[in-house]
Amino acid sequence: MFRKLVFVAAIAASAAVAQDATQSPPPLEVDVVGGIDAPMPIAVPALATPNAVATAAGNTASLGNQVAAVVASDLRSSGLFTPLGPAGLNSYPYVEATSPAFPRWRGSGAQALVSGFVEARPDGRITVGCYLFDVASGRELARQGYVVGAAEWRRAAHKCADAIYTRLSGEGPFFDSRVVYVAETGPKKARVKRIAIMDADGSNHRYLTEGKVTALNPRFSPDGRQLVYTSYLGRIPRVFVIDIASGNERLLVPGRIMTFAPRFSPNGRDIVFSMAQNGNTDLYVVNAYGGPPRRLTATPGADTSPSYSPDGSRIVFESDRSGTQQLYVMNADGSGQRRISFGGGRYASPAWSPRGNRIAFTRIGGTFNIGVMDPSGGNVKILTDGWQDEGPSWAPNGQFVMFHRTSQGSGQSILYAVSVNGGRARRLPTPQDGSDPSWSPLQN
Amino acid sequence: MRKTLTIGVALLAIAAGGCARRAPVVDPIPPGPSENLPPAQEVNPVTGDVEPVELPAAQADLVAKAGSDTVYFGTDEHVLDESSRATLAAQARWLLANPAVRASIEGHADERGTREYNLALGERRANSARDFLVQQGVPAARLMTVSWGKERPVAQGSNEESWAQNRRAVTVVVR
Repeated sequence: MFRKLVFVAAIAASAAVAQDATQSPPPLEVDVVGGIDAPMPIAVPALATPNAVATAAGNTASLGNQVAAVVASDLRSSGLFTPLGPAGLNSYPYVEATSPAFPRWRGSGAQALVSGFVEARPDGRITVGCYLFDVASGRELARQGYVVGAAEWRRAAHKCADAIYTRLSGEGPFFDSRVVYVAETGPKKARVKRIAIMDADGSNHRYLTEGKVTALNPRFSPDGRQLVYTSYLGRIPRVFVIDIASGNERLLVPGRIMTFAPRFSPNGRDIVFSMAQNGNTDLYVVNAYGGPPRRLTATPGADTSPSYSPDGSRIVFESDRSGTQQLYVMNADGSGQRRISFGGGRYASPAWSPRGNRIAFTRIGGTFNIGVMDPSGGNVKILTDGWQDEGPSWAPNGQFVMFHRTSQGSGQSILYAVSVNGGRARRLPTPQDGSDPSWSPLQN
Repeated sequence: MRKTLTIGVALLAIAAGGCARRAPVVDPIPPGPSENLPPAQEVNPVTGDVEPVELPAAQADLVAKAGSDTVYFGTDEHVLDESSRATLAAQARWLLANPAVRASIEGHADERGTREYNLALGERRANSARDFLVQQGVPAARLMTVSWGKERPVAQGSNEESWAQNRRAVTVVVR
């Protein structure tokens, strides 16, 4: 679907502004943990252009403004920055993209400056240059260049925001990613539920299923090109694998047998899922391209919501084998099952962080909340406080958790993301209600 | 003629009484109104199977003759209480009197649970109802089980009264 981004290692070399040796300000960085209280002011004026010319996605000058707006929006959504601009900031000439007039920016209150340019190429594509400067010292902190199809300018903007976020926070990139979720419309008694896909900031939204049959539980393959999900096609919930670009899909396990809660293994070769038979739900794993399922759990009760550790060696899941929903970890072959949740309440829908160091979950007490814990079950931290928050999914950098929040009474469900360090949950814009979000890996 | 009929009824009574411990007496419920059966569905190319089709007139007849097509459950429960067993026994009689149709036993949960757990819970409820119908003599081959989890509530409120209505298993008549 997307043409591969061409990463330009070193573009239009320009001399970094020499730092004044007599002044050595402390290195510019944002404190990820403390950043929520003190977001860094960062100037994001419209990117310059060497020649204002038309492209398939509009004039390069207006693209410069649009790219800056997406960069600013991304940075704000992290909670670590207070972007200034592009609205309200003066533009600058093309030569200043690589050597900004710092005295002017020092008066803006910004500690950092994002500059750059959008240039049309003869082949119809565009080059987007992205630079990050420490305003106080005038030092260049990062530079990136991207060659993309003009219509894919948003991806260049997300890559630019990722470069800035990564340089200043020390955390991994995550803006250039996508989200699949269940788009919900209609009254509570007759909800239409279909799979939708969008960029992580809500743009480029489209539906992948028609809505004639209920569709649930979408999850990305590790390469981001396929999804597994649960469909009621044939009036029974079953797992399907769908190719995002072509829309081609196939039934994972043949026959009229109820399967659901599918997840790809980190290497993409296997799919773990729940199979319900005779009042008992167990976890099975099957080769992603077919073959006989192998049984992983055999305890009476509901074993569901599996999630692989990022190295693929273990699986966390929930089971009510003890009488209530609790979290368990087992080896990927089903051996060594042991309970890890022992706090008050019930624990459900676990998701293993892509970093491996945490497991997000739904805790059911008086209300439903999203929390995180160590893979051993320790260091439980509750992150949200909705009436019914459930279904956590990790950002590719393991710093944010997306989930859905259902309102009491109306049943309205909305997607939110929250930092693992706490703070306010941020609402994701969707054209209609949403549930069951799944965050993609970082795009290539 | 009359004598023969009397003997026949007596034999039927003996036969029915003889197997009463395993399968209860089957009331002679006449078959329901003739259903305008939809044309046979084609095999779906993706799933390789034929989707069961609802039969609204037969469904209405089941409700009229068995009293209800639905049984209810407690929170996180899948056990059948006395009234649920009576309803299912009446449904079994209707199903035995209408051998041309099948039933999809569809389990549901209230909204106060996580989505995937509720799918498992709904299947457990559907299976409880199915097992009871089989005990009543309905051939297992005529029964399917499905879970809708919390995806299809009948009551819209977020309160115990609505949740109690939504924790259910529905016998859906299909062809």
